Amino acid sequence: MSRHIISMKDFSRDEIDFILNRAREFEPIARGNKSSLLSGKILATLFYEPSTRTRLSFETAMKRLGGDVIDLGPVESSSVAKGETLADTIRVIGNYADAIVLRHPREGAARMAAEYSNIPIINAGDGAGHHPTQTLLDLYTIMRESSLSDMRIALVGDLKYGRTVHSLAYALSLYHADMTLISPKQLQMPDVIKKDLKKQGARISETTNIEDVIGDIDVLYVTRIQKERFPDPAEYQKVAGIYRVTEELLGKARDNLIIMHPMPRVDEIDPSVDTTKYARYFQQSFYGVPVRMTLLAMAMEVI
Amino acid sequence: MKKEEVEKKPGGSLKKEMRVRPIGQGTVIDHIRGGQALNVLKILGIYGTTEAVVSVAMNVPSKVLVFKDIVKVEGRELEQKEVDRISLIAPDATINIIRDFEVIEKYRVDLPERIDGVVKCNNPNCISNTHEPVISKFMVNKKPVELRCVYCDHVISEGIAEHLI
Repeated sequence: MSRHIISMKDFSRDEIDFILNRAREFEPIARGNKSSLLSGKILATLFYEPSTRTRLSFETAMKRLGGDVIDLGPVESSSVAKGETLADTIRVIGNYADAIVLRHPREGAARMAAEYSNIPIINAGDGAGHHPTQTLLDLYTIMRESSLSDMRIALVGDLKYGRTVHSLAYALSLYHADMTLISPKQLQMPDVIKKDLKKQGARISETTNIEDVIGDIDVLYVTRIQKERFPDPAEYQKVAGIYRVTEELLGKARDNLIIMHPMPRVDEIDPSVDTTKYARYFQQSFYGVPVRMTLLAMAMEVI
Repeated sequence: MKKEEVEKKPGGSLKKEMRVRPIGQGTVIDHIRGGQALNVLKILGIYGTTEAVVSVAMNVPSKVLVFKDIVKVEGRELEQKEVDRISLIAPDATINIIRDFEVIEKYRVDLPERIDGVVKCNNPNCISNTHEPVISKFMVNKKPVELRCVYCDHVISEGIAEHLI
């Protein structure tokens, strides 16, 4: 199955289940077992915005499957700096590589790139838009560390600008999750997204306090309030550091609670939480590798 | 075609006066929501310098719309793309194609499922608002009229006329 991976909305529940189940088979390779599944294949990573874990986990996934990676290098010293359009860059790179991983600051960039590309485009984040591979690894983490059925989850932090939570909330609606949205009033999830979720049959409630729900949930998904997404720095200062998960807060948590975070964190989760039985955010980063292996293998039509 | 109407002039005498004269050849766009006639002209590219004979009636009492606008353009039959654009701001409009003073075709505008190159996305960070060689594309929801950008998913539900390209 060769295809572009642009938005979670392009996936059916069955397709997501297929990806999550296949990812399980890639876990031993992600841990270091040899594979030559993608030997002779080349992945191009085009990152127009800084990224650490997404880029590195794609590179790791590709290399552990025996493939090679080429990259754009720093945007400021590439053809982009000379004014080349993304549409042109995509068509040129399409002559070199077997698939493209793209991160771009503009919403809709990956969708547009797919229109011009003769090789699969994998969206690794388009501005405040979609980030489907993050969502799939989040779902995979829940599947591996908790359960995707009858799940109660709270999404905390910047639910307005945070791209990961929008995609995740949409995907969770396909699993009929019971969702609580926790954010300050000015960072609430946009109405248009809530309307979409409700259309999918999602159960949603909203609050401004983690304490309200900490004793009732299976998954606490914490996000960073991202300074770079705020049009007005003064607005950022009003909400910076508003949520902080501490051991004390977790005193009321259920035994089976897991805490997730797409990383990087700043101060949303106290480091003392890292050693509690609840913390799963480092496993979550690892799970990005088998999930991205699956997506690369699908994009390059080897599974 | 509506029949010309009879109006009572100040002073008491009845005088037959046409609000808008019949046209021999062209298009009559009727049942435009009151106040949208000027936007319809904009869509049709009709400005002060246009040579075509154009008649505009605004805020005409209407049974269906309470107030409606009417636009008559002589010597021009509308293209589908123009009709699509009109449907965005005047979803109840009817298009009458006139030849030799007869209505030879009459139909109600219908919103297309997708509309390309007509409306500018209201998300300044959308890829369609850059120097990339793409035209805007929207999926159309008919009731209520909402446009969802194919690229960035942003929704335009109000003030669509302001976003017309």
